[in-house]
Amino acid sequence: MKSDITIKMARCKGCGICVAFCPREVLALDELGKVKVVNGEACIACGQCELRCPDYAIFVDKLSDGGTAKEAAQ
Amino acid sequence: MERSYEKYFRQNRLPHLWCPGCGNGIAMKAIVQAIEKKGLSQDNTVIVSGIGCSSRASGYMDFDTLHTAHGRAIPFATGIKLANPDLNVVVITGDGDCTAIGGNHFIHGCRRNVDLTVVLFNNKIYGMTGGQASPMTPLGKKATTAPYGSIDRPFDACKLAIAAGATYVARSTAYHEQHLVDMIANGFDNKGFSFIEALVQCPTAYGRKNKMGSPANMLKWMRDNAVMQAAWEKLPDDKKQGEKFPIGLFYSATATDYTTAYDAVIERAGGAGK
Ligand SMILES: Cc1ncc(C[n+]2csc(CCOP(=O)(O)OP(=O)(O)O)c2C)c(N)n1
Ligand code: SF4
Ligand code: SF4
Ligand code: SF4
Ligand SMILES: [Mg+2]
Repeated sequence: MKSDITIKMARCKGCGICVAFCPREVLALDELGKVKVVNGEACIACGQCELRCPDYAIFVDKLSDGGTAKEAAQ
Repeated sequence: MERSYEKYFRQNRLPHLWCPGCGNGIAMKAIVQAIEKKGLSQDNTVIVSGIGCSSRASGYMDFDTLHTAHGRAIPFATGIKLANPDLNVVVITGDGDCTAIGGNHFIHGCRRNVDLTVVLFNNKIYGMTGGQASPMTPLGKKATTAPYGSIDRPFDACKLAIAAGATYVARSTAYHEQHLVDMIANGFDNKGFSFIEALVQCPTAYGRKNKMGSPANMLKWMRDNAVMQAAWEKLPDDKKQGEKFPIGLFYSATATDYTTAYDAVIERAGGAGK
């Protein structure tokens, strides 16, 4: 894992912007039309999804090699 | 990790009511990021908006905020600035709010060089009321009131602001989020009327009427058609055709701002008994 992806599900409106701009097909919309991570390993932490989400529903933190999400947040 | 700009939002009001994929959310984030970048204090910054989808932004922002009357944000903001010139006063308006019903207030705010930062969320249509054409709907584009395409030549709000006397004028888009933050942040530095046009996608009204596809496609349209001002100036006229448009800083100048001029009047009249 190179990144830690946080989703604030209550904010997501399923507009698909993050899905369309993700260069690695990490994201998709689920049956309810909300964002979901389908291929987290492929994420390069480019931040396109977070930058373009109009609802501040998705956040990506880069992890240092071998780090855990918690460590990266500190 | 919680983002630092979240503190500028009224958390209990989110998610906002804008449609899925609406660009207003991106422009609102750009404003708070510009506020953060320039270190403006939450207690000393006032957000004033008119009426429209765009103008709903003030309700989500954790500052002293005023949601005023249609087209009238600039006069309310002028009053606030005159009453307390130490405040940073930011106006959020729409293309209809600012250039139709509020057109006169806009040009006179520019003329007086009131020290405001006005951000126009331009979705090229009246979003809130269901998609009527605005004075910024491009020629040939469809709206409920222009089913065959608009024949009314649109305003270029940036050129209008320059001609009317604004002292900082810039444009960016929801696609160019970081550039938009910079254009707004630099506007805060100008002591005078700063005007920033932010192109935003309205997938529900404008996008649907004009077959622009998904919200993501509308953002890609901005990416593909916006040209940085420095490059735009070098383009031959035949390359400035079609849907291409310039973004960046168009104008900046130094001129006496309205509160400074007004203070001088107070002084000459014997002071305000402060
Ligand atoms: C005095 C008055 N006239 C008309 C209206 C109806 N009205 C509400 S919003 C709006 C247009 C808003 O367009 P714009 O400023 O472009 O905002 P958008 O919804 O596109 O963000 C109109 C005509 C009103 N609220 N008040
Ligand atoms: S861009 Fe944001 S709101 Fe849209 S689908 Fe992705 S996470 Fe949800
Ligand atoms: S950070 Fe980049 S690669 Fe990772 S999910 Fe977001 S857009 Fe895709
Ligand atoms: S109608 Fe258009 S401007 Fe209004 S919230 Fe929906 S997408 Fe945004
Ligand atoms: Mg509008």
